[in-house]
Amino acid sequence: MAHSGYAIELKGISKAFGPVQANKDISVAVPKGTIHGIIGENGAGKSTLMSILYGFYRADSGEILINGTPTTIPDSQSAIRAGIGMVFQHFKLVQNFTVLENVILGAEEGAMLARSLSKARKVLGDLSREYELDVDPDAVIEDLSVGHQQRVEILKALYRQADILILDEPTGVLTPAEADHLFRILRGLRDQGKTVILITHKLREIMETTDNVSVMRRGTMVGTVKTAETSPEELAELMVGRKVLLEVEKAPPTVGRTVLSVENLSVTDEHGVIRLKGVSFDIKAGEILGIAGVAGNGQSELLEALGGIARATGRVTLNGADLPLSGAGADGRSRRAAGIAHVPEDRQHLGLIMDFAAWENVAFGYHNAPEYQKNALFMDNDALRADTARKMERFDVRPPIPTLPAKSFSGGNQQKIVVAREIERNPDLLLIGQPTRGVDIGAIEFIHKQIVALRDAGKAILLVSVELDEIRSLSDRIAVMFDGRIMGFRDPETTDERDLGLMMAGMTGKGEAA
Amino acid sequence: MERLPKWADLVLVPLVSLLLAAIIAAIVIIAIGQDPWEAITVMVQGSLMDGYGWGYTLYYATSFMFTGLAVTVAFHASLFNIGGEGQAQLGGLGVALACLFLPWPHWTLALLGATFAAALFGAAWAAVPAYLQAKRGSHIVITTIMFNYIASAVLIFLLVDVLRPDGQMDPATANFPEATALPTLNQIPVFNLFFTSKVPANVTLLIALAAAFGVWALLWRTRLGYSIRAFGKSEDAARYAGINPFKITMIAMLLSGALAGMMAINNVMGEAGRLLQNSASGAGFIGIAVALMGRNHPLGVVLAAILFGFLFQGGAELGMWTKIPIEMRVVVQGLVILFTGALDVMVRMMLTRIFAAFRGGRAAKGAV
Repeated sequence: MAHSGYAIELKGISKAFGPVQANKDISVAVPKGTIHGIIGENGAGKSTLMSILYGFYRADSGEILINGTPTTIPDSQSAIRAGIGMVFQHFKLVQNFTVLENVILGAEEGAMLARSLSKARKVLGDLSREYELDVDPDAVIEDLSVGHQQRVEILKALYRQADILILDEPTGVLTPAEADHLFRILRGLRDQGKTVILITHKLREIMETTDNVSVMRRGTMVGTVKTAETSPEELAELMVGRKVLLEVEKAPPTVGRTVLSVENLSVTDEHGVIRLKGVSFDIKAGEILGIAGVAGNGQSELLEALGGIARATGRVTLNGADLPLSGAGADGRSRRAAGIAHVPEDRQHLGLIMDFAAWENVAFGYHNAPEYQKNALFMDNDALRADTARKMERFDVRPPIPTLPAKSFSGGNQQKIVVAREIERNPDLLLIGQPTRGVDIGAIEFIHKQIVALRDAGKAILLVSVELDEIRSLSDRIAVMFDGRIMGFRDPETTDERDLGLMMAGMTGKGEAA
Repeated sequence: MERLPKWADLVLVPLVSLLLAAIIAAIVIIAIGQDPWEAITVMVQGSLMDGYGWGYTLYYATSFMFTGLAVTVAFHASLFNIGGEGQAQLGGLGVALACLFLPWPHWTLALLGATFAAALFGAAWAAVPAYLQAKRGSHIVITTIMFNYIASAVLIFLLVDVLRPDGQMDPATANFPEATALPTLNQIPVFNLFFTSKVPANVTLLIALAAAFGVWALLWRTRLGYSIRAFGKSEDAARYAGINPFKITMIAMLLSGALAGMMAINNVMGEAGRLLQNSASGAGFIGIAVALMGRNHPLGVVLAAILFGFLFQGGAELGMWTKIPIEMRVVVQGLVILFTGALDVMVRMMLTRIFAAFRGGRAAKGAV
């Protein structure tokens, strides 16, 4: 009875938050010793399901079987006792503790630390050898790269004798090489008999890594298939509920005159750290320049300097006219007046006021525009709401209710509001950062089409994304950034992931490396 | 995750909070050996049952409307202006100077001039903390509190050594000329049908109501108000949108200071007819509670100001007609602030749970 081939069986799990049914009658069985992918759009209920499994929420109904035994998981301690380990998207590490201290945190034995520490040191050594999880146990977390920090999270779980490891969007912050290493670790764990659940929205990772994959859509489990017997297209269709174009369709670019010219642009942040170290590039009309790179290598500062948010030095011209980089005129309002639209990387923090209604957000940055004014004194809120309704219809924002606050929309629909606001201004230059972060597949397709349409209308586009696939499929030219510098330019037709990955990690790429 | 219906959030939560405050206040009154029922009767009798009581309640409410609106405007820019008290005192100085040293032919012109002077002086007193916040990042809460003390000291100096007429004992200015006296509500047609005896509430009440409407229109109907609210929600996002943080901080605080200063036309010009020491008498601080309770919406501020006007007037009546000391009104105010301001989250959670249970019960019945 206690023995079955499944590490985890969920039977009929349901969970509602008020009127929202986050999980509806979910049943799934994860065979022992496999890597099991769970994919689904934002809000499909993946995180809720995993939170139930890890004891953060209790299911309204349904049954959880761990290794064939019915188990209740009222809190995360019970989950750990049942052998479940979780690696969160945002790491839960004490930044100024060492690896060893973080690993034993919460699992100390006795009041004195010495015994736990020496035990942990030994266990860590064994684990490192077994699974390619090499991390210096005495290194302080804040000195480690993101990839290494993630390994510490995995070690923490394994130290607590997890047999089932759940990873939530683990590759969002990794370079391609780091991601590959992670997948090697995961395969190693599987081969040692551990069970791995991988939550991701990246179809490629599912295809490369998993044995089985379960697809969720709107709180329901739409199916579990063997990875070897499916295709990305089929998975995407299952996720969205309709056929989705995964490849961006675009004609070769018709390039015109130079729109944006950037020379030796540098940004120093408020702590005096130089974030952008003298980058230079041009973008022509009808061209998409894609900036690839791991997050935090100066891309944000580049966008902010061009968008008038951050102070910078160097020289930037738009259509031949100099743009002020500091002092008067170096602000978002002047930039918009000059013909630059900006879809910021962090829409919730910069691009939208989450408490404002959709119509107020459509005016955001353009609240001085003459068409939104009733007279010298008052804004024309009715015109604004009507304009918002039009934009919502054209960009298929759901629900199309202008008076709803921004925070009530899903990530994809929030992004559509921002993209609609900026693109509908018909700018000469569009700055667009992480256009599809946290956006559903269906909306990704739509936003990509809008970007390409703007480029085909002869506009210049600067695209910043940490999604290499997105950069490669959209860009007409790729620049790779590392440590505040541009490591080189590549033609998306001739480059490959390895080449770009090396540059993203600070190596100069294939030309120079050979 | 569960949400209260909007009407419950706006009406029920403050009412339950008030009820809780009243219950605790009653317990306190019992504890000092008095009769809470007598207390509430006296308070209501003295402040709400006739024109005379209303005349006082509305007089206090007028002051609280101005200071509440002052806190509201700053709050929407995410600035916590604690300096209403000092700004109101400086506003009083502006009113006094305008009334004493300019020859006004008629009270309407005097009112215009004094309003302008009050706003100007109040705004000027807010300008320094605003500048320090906008340019140097000095926290507005700290600087405005300090400026209250400075204002108080400046006023004492001026009243004792400069503005006090020769031969007068108390630190105050001379009486303002007769032409600057504002009509009280019992002197205004239509109003005098209700207010039959002399009351301190005066024409300034109408200005306060107009100011409330103006603040509403400013915040929700103009570009400036839009910019203030956007800046208040997120400074980074505002910068992205090209909204100048320095400019908005300055403007919001100047408006706030001007509104606080305008309170002086009610008490200094309308009631006292001369500038006394400590003229604002705490109204600047009560404005914070009024804004909190009014949810930083002008309509809420007007209603909360009337409630606090009732507490103020009712509290004074307590001191007069019962053995309950007048300080009791400070206790009651404190409780109201505690429950409506600080603890309304608790009340909201409680009500949310009750509503959820009620709804769940109804849903279960429906399922059968």
